[in-house]
Amino acid sequence: MTASTPRLARNGPPPGAPAAAAAGPRSGRDTGAAGQPGPGRPTRRRPPARTLLLVLNACSIVAGVAIWWILSLNGFQFPTPPEVVEKAVQLGRDGLLRQDVLASLGRVLTGFLLGSAAAIPVGFLMGWYTVARGLFEPWIQFFRTIPPLALLPLVLVLMGIGELPKVFVIFLAAFLACVISTYQGVVSVDRTLINAARVLGAKDGTIFVRVVVPASTPFILVGMRVGLGSAWATLVAAELLAAQVGLGYRMQQAQLYYDLATIFVGIILIGVLGLVMDRLLLLAESRLTGWQERR
Amino acid sequence: MTTTTPTPAPAATAKISVQEVSKTFPLRGEDFVALDRVSLDIADNEFVTVVGPSGCGKSTLMNVLAGLEEPTSGRALVDGKDVAGPGPDRGVIFQQYALFPWLTVRKNVEFGLKVAGLPAAERRERAEHFIRLVGLDQFADALPKMLSGGMKQRCAIARAYAVDPSILLMDEPFGALDALTRVTLQEQLLETWSREKRTVMFITHDVDEAVFLANRVVVMAARPGRIYDVVDVGLPYPRTEEVRLSPEFARLRNRVWHSVYHQTPALNAQEG
Ligand SMILES: Nc1ncnc2c1ncn2[C@@H]1O[C@H](COP(=O)(O)OP(=O)(O)OP(=O)(O)O)[C@@H](O)[C@H]1O
Ligand SMILES: [Mg+2]
Repeated sequence: MTASTPRLARNGPPPGAPAAAAAGPRSGRDTGAAGQPGPGRPTRRRPPARTLLLVLNACSIVAGVAIWWILSLNGFQFPTPPEVVEKAVQLGRDGLLRQDVLASLGRVLTGFLLGSAAAIPVGFLMGWYTVARGLFEPWIQFFRTIPPLALLPLVLVLMGIGELPKVFVIFLAAFLACVISTYQGVVSVDRTLINAARVLGAKDGTIFVRVVVPASTPFILVGMRVGLGSAWATLVAAELLAAQVGLGYRMQQAQLYYDLATIFVGIILIGVLGLVMDRLLLLAESRLTGWQERR
Repeated sequence: MTTTTPTPAPAATAKISVQEVSKTFPLRGEDFVALDRVSLDIADNEFVTVVGPSGCGKSTLMNVLAGLEEPTSGRALVDGKDVAGPGPDRGVIFQQYALFPWLTVRKNVEFGLKVAGLPAAERRERAEHFIRLVGLDQFADALPKMLSGGMKQRCAIARAYAVDPSILLMDEPFGALDALTRVTLQEQLLETWSREKRTVMFITHDVDEAVFLANRVVVMAARPGRIYDVVDVGLPYPRTEEVRLSPEFARLRNRVWHSVYHQTPALNAQEG
């Protein structure tokens, strides 16, 4: 998940625009779906294309590391790849790495899970009840335009310097990304499906659970992926500013001592962990939304 | 045209009674008249087909009876009671299949039964029966995305039949089917209808189909949407191949055809 994804969501058309809503889950799926089988494509053609892609991916990574190595041997201040690996092993042996990773993951997962857990019901309420929409919308629209990190100074003053302020800004980042997406999912549920459920005897509660929730799942999952990316970005920045442990804090400390190898270890770990979490959500997405027709 | 304005029978005897129903939709600041004082009585166990040009308000009329749209004026009664929202007594088959894409064929068919609180075993058995009836047994566990248009339509039919409604409102249910499946399902529909009598309102574009199935064919006209003609079909049931090829069938068919395709414009039609 890159930093541009939340911005993309933020600049998107206003909630309720049907085209944008319909494009939501699909564009989200496609960003990470390079290696995924598309049901429409013929089966025979898939494996070669997939293998080719993986080979190209591997070549690209090897080439990137090679360029890094060459640069570091030619006067750039970079540590060489072996130095970084060595540093990682050393940090791992000291137990610092584990401590930092656990602290960072703990914060991001707590904030992300709480944020999503709050966003989904709020998004549903907004989509289902005009009153809820009228009450929530101005605040959500307002806070969406503020990077959650910009609230950190205020939050630090109000909540002290413990875990709470960091988890709170991450919560906010995840919540804002997910709530809009959920809301869009709910308002774009096909009316005919709701009518079909009604004529089969379903009342509001059943329609909500059996129609609205499954129909919005693709939107919710896209919102969660964007939310997770946003939460991860916010976390690292928050740790750079105010923390005693965590990957961001470790990098901040390393900066003071010109310890570039540690900074590299931090950057690579942040990237890898972010990628792993994103892929896990993508996997959940393809499991839960495989019923979608690709148009 | 002989019977241009059908006189409403007393509401008590009719299963469905549509009384002076008008429906307008706001359209660019103006009121678009989708239904203009439509009156129609359908007797218990009667099979009525509705034909008319595109946009004449057939689906709108069905939605009013299904309880999905409220009439702007007039009344719609089912069993002598005003229609207040949808209910499982009226099964609806929508023009756009409206299958739940995240449920398999079987789960789609079981949906209404689950809502009604039937135990799982009974649900499964009923669903199985209707899935077989529409010839989808091979696809019972397939998702809608794997079905062709006609197969989706058949699944929607099975889903509506499964809840065993006393009224079936069908909006071009066979529209997406090939000729052979279409004839098969027409015969099946009539067979089911004559066995477990139901009141059916069946919308179609196909004049042959309209005559073949119905006790009565209602011909509608557009702008404003209204009932233009009602044709009684005196043909005997069961409607066999023989009936389809009879001169009387041809005569009725021509009569309905003429009503649909050579409509004289309404005197008060301003728009269009
Ligand atoms: N929700 C709506 N808002 C505005 N106009 C509507 C709405 N529903 C229907 N209409 C209009 O009412 C008219 C009748 O529509 P309806 O769907 O009942 O036609 P129909 O006879 O079923 O046509 P078709 O044979 O093409 O399905 C159409 O002109 C349509 O544009
Ligand atoms: Mg229609």
